[in-house]
Amino acid sequence: MIQMKPKMSSSKSKTFRDNLITYGMIVVVYVIVELFLKSGNVSSLMKGLLVPLTIYSIMAVSLNLVVGISGELSLGHAGFMCVGAFASATWSMLMKNSGIPAGISFTIAIIIGALCAAFFGFLIGIPVLRLKGDYLAIVTLAFGEIIKNLINALYFGVDANGAHFSLKDSMDLGMDGGTVIIKGAQGITGTPKMSNFTVGIVLLLIALFVVLNLMNSRTGRAIMAIRDNRIAAESIGLNITKYKLLAFTLSAAIAGVGGVLYAHNLSSLQALPKNFGYNQSIMILVFVVMGGIGNIRGSVISAVILTLLPEVLRNLNDYRMLIYAVILIMMMLFTSAPALISFRERVLMKFGMQKNGKEK
Amino acid sequence: MMSFISYLLSGISLGSVYSIIALGYTMVYGIAKMLNFAHGDILMVGGYAAFLALNSMGLSMPVSVVLSMVVCTVLGIVIERVAYKPLRQANSLNVLITAIGVSYLLQNLALLLFGANPKSFSSFVPLEPVKLAGGALTISGETIVTILACIIIVFGLVTFINKTKAGQAMLAVSEDRGAATLMGVDVNKTISLTFAIGSALAAIGGILLCSAYPTLTPTTGAMPGIKAFVAAVLGGIGSVPGAFLGGIILGILENLSKAYISSKLSDAIVFSVLIVVLLVKPTGILGKKIMEKV
Amino acid sequence: MKKLLSVVLATSMVTALTACGSSGTTAATTTAAAAGSAGESTETAAASGDLTWKIGSQGPLTGGAAVYGLAVTNGAELAIKEINENGGINGYKVEYKKADDEHDQEKAVNAYNSLKDWGMQVFVGPTTSAPTIAVGTEAENDNMFIITPSGSAVDCTNPKNVYRVCFSDPAQGTKSAEYIGKHKLATKVGIIYDSSDVYSSGIHDAFVQEAPKEGLEVVADEQFTADSKTDFSTQLGKMKDSGAELVFLPFYYTEAALVLTQAKGMGFKFFGCDGMDGILSVENFDTSLAEGLMLLTPFAADATDDATVNFVKKYKEAYNETPIQFAADAYDGVYIVKKAIEAAGLKPDQSVSDIGTAIEEQMASLTYDGLTGSGMKWDAKGDVDKEPKAVVIKDGAYTAVE
Repeated sequence: MIQMKPKMSSSKSKTFRDNLITYGMIVVVYVIVELFLKSGNVSSLMKGLLVPLTIYSIMAVSLNLVVGISGELSLGHAGFMCVGAFASATWSMLMKNSGIPAGISFTIAIIIGALCAAFFGFLIGIPVLRLKGDYLAIVTLAFGEIIKNLINALYFGVDANGAHFSLKDSMDLGMDGGTVIIKGAQGITGTPKMSNFTVGIVLLLIALFVVLNLMNSRTGRAIMAIRDNRIAAESIGLNITKYKLLAFTLSAAIAGVGGVLYAHNLSSLQALPKNFGYNQSIMILVFVVMGGIGNIRGSVISAVILTLLPEVLRNLNDYRMLIYAVILIMMMLFTSAPALISFRERVLMKFGMQKNGKEK
Repeated sequence: MMSFISYLLSGISLGSVYSIIALGYTMVYGIAKMLNFAHGDILMVGGYAAFLALNSMGLSMPVSVVLSMVVCTVLGIVIERVAYKPLRQANSLNVLITAIGVSYLLQNLALLLFGANPKSFSSFVPLEPVKLAGGALTISGETIVTILACIIIVFGLVTFINKTKAGQAMLAVSEDRGAATLMGVDVNKTISLTFAIGSALAAIGGILLCSAYPTLTPTTGAMPGIKAFVAAVLGGIGSVPGAFLGGIILGILENLSKAYISSKLSDAIVFSVLIVVLLVKPTGILGKKIMEKV
Repeated sequence: MKKLLSVVLATSMVTALTACGSSGTTAATTTAAAAGSAGESTETAAASGDLTWKIGSQGPLTGGAAVYGLAVTNGAELAIKEINENGGINGYKVEYKKADDEHDQEKAVNAYNSLKDWGMQVFVGPTTSAPTIAVGTEAENDNMFIITPSGSAVDCTNPKNVYRVCFSDPAQGTKSAEYIGKHKLATKVGIIYDSSDVYSSGIHDAFVQEAPKEGLEVVADEQFTADSKTDFSTQLGKMKDSGAELVFLPFYYTEAALVLTQAKGMGFKFFGCDGMDGILSVENFDTSLAEGLMLLTPFAADATDDATVNFVKKYKEAYNETPIQFAADAYDGVYIVKKAIEAAGLKPDQSVSDIGTAIEEQMASLTYDGLTGSGMKWDAKGDVDKEPKAVVIKDGAYTAVE
């Protein structure tokens, strides 16, 4: 169901330059924003949005790895984000008063978040990747919802006797003093705020580095070969399951990192339908599709724009989400409808902008 | 035993509603090869149309039902023309995103027009509850009508597809759009017809849903929409009997797992069953096996 | 084609960024200028015309929880309109702005920040618990005074600057169990609650803990989640099988209306919490289904005291709806702020942090009689002390019981 133009034609140096542009773009934005921050000219709203922007960029990169590079439609990425968020927040809560320096504790939290999400990605990937197209999509959606449902039912506490789990309620934990960390639907409160813009940018760059390098590696080319023609790839001896699973697990790990940032950016962590439900998964998919399936840089840019959009529209009050929906539809029609694309090109020609029809 | 039957019946009733909604999903998918995420919201619009017709305009019940169906049919065709048709040649994911945009649009429009406060839907089913086994088992009128309506609709639809020319055209377009065009089938007309039928069914689904579970809010359609999507996939997306079967199974599963395992984890259980079914039958219970072309 | 697209996207992103940056700049400078001129004018003349209080509120204005956010922001708006008609606070008019948080922690922080950019000095919000916790921690750094009308989870009031108008969830659960036990309404109790909701599961946990002490036996304990809240027949069936005499419904009236419809003729007594208020104003709801429903609530829209009658009348005129408890909480919240500002003798040209500290000092000794309780007092944590009223629905109307 996903068709992508092969990028094989581009030469090595061109991809290298392309990647440099991507990194450079992020670094430049980072420097500009830091300069603005230094001069104190940034609104509180914008300041508060910086970390979420990196989170959604990371999520978009993560999902693009599955949708664009591996060619599978996943509608459960918020579930991996949820796993990363809860695993790392639990760690941070345990370490809150342990005296471990915040930097080290947070680094470990990021690793824990990534590993836990990767583990779930692997576990889910084994059965799921046997399916195709929309069936795969619905199963990932189902897994995302299962994760959300289980976390909403999970109670976890620690006392002198060790850890206690329950799926019933906090009384059922049988705690002897100690603290209850995950309180079912009430989630985790009091997670230390350790995410900041710099950490977010660094993690985004790492995620980009991993994904872009993967794309240009032997493994990456194998994954894309499988996407483009599964049977042909199989016939030359590529291990389909292995490569697909690799991409899926890696993508889940990156999504887990997004979750870690999310959990450590807000003091309350609850698995609401809005933040970890299928709606969120679909929003991330919107970033990817809008930015160009398989186009990593594009998905980062569209994640930023689409996260800013509803905030910029705040002045519209009651009409905000309505206008947002209209813009979403218009953008999609404008970028993807064949009739509109040719119309746009005609207009561009008129204004003398040379456009060689090589790519489209 | 009586309680088991009663749980089962309410499961079938809920499942019938899912089925009716899933039929719209499945037909649109079969023909336009797109997941119409706005389908649940068309259902909500149907609910509001019927509510306003009955309570504000004072129309009679059958007239309200017809009016609601007309509103949804027109809405479905307009949405298809404006938002989906321009993207017919594009990647199917792009259409999915537009569908999500339409879904947001309808929800927020309803919020502005009708407010967030829930409306209590008056039942469209004038039947008294039937008491069986000396009162130990009560079956509500809504349950009976919903199940009957679902069966009638499925039979009607199957007959329509197999016996009429328009139905055959739909079948042809869903099999192979290119070949159907060559055979002289008007693809645009057929797709519009499919959206019209699907949306009209959504209106009926909305009315039945709100009659059995009578609160109406701008987000009423969202969850049943997703559940119906799951039901359609479970039964094999693109297949009309599959959507019926998937819906019924989903409804029963949901209610029995609430009753006998855990009401807290019923969502997780339902989704787990879906996953298991798809692993055993990768294209759903009645789905066709996809042939891979080399 | 793709390249062109990404260039277009990139430029639009940059413009968006700079737009945000510059709008922040202009906002900052204008407020600074305003503050500067205000400082001068207060030295020369007493009440300056353009110096105003800026009070903000927020809640979910879109999405599934919109009904609560709209009630809160409307309630606060109504109170501020009234205050302005009567000469404002300490002689200064009040400006009001609301923001949408979509019942999401992250959006809640964004909404709070946008209000801060507008120049908000006191915050009467957020509406729901999870956003309140998230915003509270952010606001602690600004020392912005927050009084949440309806953020009821225990952790909401952990930051020192956060107070609330409503009860905390455990307090409601415990009080409900006490009330049922003391008045011998039943001994066998069933519970249905929303296990995916903070408010509902908070009350449930406290209720279950308290029940044995009051001689109550919880015979059935059933849940539903935000994803499956249309069909309650199974949960009700299990209540029936367990022999429960009374069913405790600690969740909002939007779902309760469904439960009551589906429980038609099953013969249970029902008992609800403050979230149940509003059930009679659901458009077209068959109120006979709610006959005998008892709820502990600090507010009932058809109470006959002058304050409530006045509030309900004005609210209906302005918004064409009967107010629910959330609206009353927000209305009270604004008046509590007014009383505290007046007691502290504050002026709008003081900094947010100074205003915050001064109001917090006042809160320790403040008592307030409002729509949602008389003699409200606050403890050091920020929780309110007031008595809930038990209300029973009789002949389609709320009737107070002793």
